[in-house]
Amino acid sequence: MLEDFEIVAGVEVHAELATKTKIFCGCTTEFGGEQNTHVCPVCLGLPGVLPVLNRQVVEYAIKTGLALNSEIAEFSKFDRKNYYYPDLPKNFQTSQYDLPICLGGHVEIEVDGVKKRIGITRVHMEEDAGKLVHSGATISTSDVSFVDYNRTGVPLLEIVSEPDLRSVDETVAYLEKLVQTLDYIEVSDCRMEQGSVRFDINVSLRPKGSDKLGIRTETKNLNSFGSVRRCMEYEIERQAEVLSEGGQVIQETRTWDEGRGITLSLRSKEEAHDYRYFPEPDLVPMVIEREWVERVRERLPELPDSRRERLLELGLSAYDAGVITSSKALAEFFDAALDKFKDPKTLANWVMGDFLGLLKAKGIPVQSSPVKPEGLAELLNLVENGTISGKIGKSVIGEMFESGKGAAEIVKEKGLVQISDTGALSGIIDKVVNSNPQSVTDFKAGKERAIGFLVGQVMKETKGQANPGLVNKLLKEKLETM
Amino acid sequence: MKISKEQVEHVAMLARLELTEEEKQTYTEQLNSILEYAAILDKLDTQDVPPTAHPLPLHNVFRDDVVKPSISQEEALTNAPDAEDGFFKVPKIV
Ligand SMILES: [Zn+2]
Repeated sequence: MLEDFEIVAGVEVHAELATKTKIFCGCTTEFGGEQNTHVCPVCLGLPGVLPVLNRQVVEYAIKTGLALNSEIAEFSKFDRKNYYYPDLPKNFQTSQYDLPICLGGHVEIEVDGVKKRIGITRVHMEEDAGKLVHSGATISTSDVSFVDYNRTGVPLLEIVSEPDLRSVDETVAYLEKLVQTLDYIEVSDCRMEQGSVRFDINVSLRPKGSDKLGIRTETKNLNSFGSVRRCMEYEIERQAEVLSEGGQVIQETRTWDEGRGITLSLRSKEEAHDYRYFPEPDLVPMVIEREWVERVRERLPELPDSRRERLLELGLSAYDAGVITSSKALAEFFDAALDKFKDPKTLANWVMGDFLGLLKAKGIPVQSSPVKPEGLAELLNLVENGTISGKIGKSVIGEMFESGKGAAEIVKEKGLVQISDTGALSGIIDKVVNSNPQSVTDFKAGKERAIGFLVGQVMKETKGQANPGLVNKLLKEKLETM
Repeated sequence: MKISKEQVEHVAMLARLELTEEEKQTYTEQLNSILEYAAILDKLDTQDVPPTAHPLPLHNVFRDDVVKPSISQEEALTNAPDAEDGFFKVPKIV
């Protein structure tokens, strides 16, 4: 059934900007806080107040536009989007309509080794709405609802893509790339679990080979890549079923029910899409000077693609480079460690293996890792110069996470220094050889692999502290004399 | 352009206004006469005139991203028709 159709999808992304204050007033944007305590007459929409635009919001919008290859408008203004919903105290949302701050642009994605450009239609600035708590289980079964306006007026960027996405994988790749870019340029803290980035997915199906657009549905307010994937898979299947049975998809807004894994229609008489946009009379327009744009461009940090490219040139695999550059924090960690430990491949192995593994197990983000880049580099240098074996290194990094102590300190305290002293090792080797006559016979009979077992026994005897290379060499010498 | 009674009803619904039959009639007439008057402007050739974004000859009025004190929860809720536990309390939404 699905094979008969082509998927056409586009996405609107809402990202809360990492400003200190709201878009039109000086209230803090900090998360949490008791309900209705991060509010003032402006963001409560009380009569007689005047909003004043936060310059940083415009700057972040320009920065985002540049990172997404958009054109930055020379002239831009705000408009009122009118609708009645209690999460907006003013009964309109201050947004941008016909003159958004950024127009056009693109993001490059890669799915199964195939690169593709996804078009950006526009990026505009607007204010976030408040939070509703319903008295019942759902909005429609609630007699009353409770409103907290702390998030009202937090600046948002809405980033609208072209309907260029042709699969669930492409859609998720696009969203990951977009969020990664916002993270790199530090305009949003991208905390998805707190809802600081939200996705609206538009999807339609059309018969394969057709170039006409099918009727689409829009599912709003998804806040994880996983939900996007599950929601799209469900919605595609649902639409394919409707169409295969000769039915018609209804153009509507839907909502994703994570618990049940289905999308539901949000249709209601109230939802008349008649926003009656008009220019916001309380805010004067913006003339974006080219010097401002250039100043922002000069300060634009290295973007994910170029960073990834640089890691590939250092000899990392595409997979490794992808994982390390997936978040700016991890990429910065890698670079800082590489500054003190010069072998990129070994560093990548440790970062992706033990380091990320331990972080994940403890559920802490890279930024708050107890092991700093210099600390990891110190450990790797100890392995590299033979002070400790790689195996011991793995237990040392665990200890570093636990105690917060430095690698050298732990090695010294616990006496973990690798035994590279021929005299000390000879005695142990003699003992191992004497108690394993069968392996010696095997080796003599030409079974080269038998030496592996003997090396293992020596390592065991020394609790992993023996220098494996040296053990190998000494063992061979010993066996040859027998 | 002529405004119909249906359009008045639609706009009244969007603005959550309950109108009597009489009011609908009155507003239809009044809105039409306002639009008729404004239609004088249609006689001007505005082909090369950009739309007015704002009547004041000002642009780029910004503030710095500096936190200012908010008001208290109590103050915020002073004028609320109904409140509970520090929240604004609103009637059934849908
Ligand atoms: Zn405020």
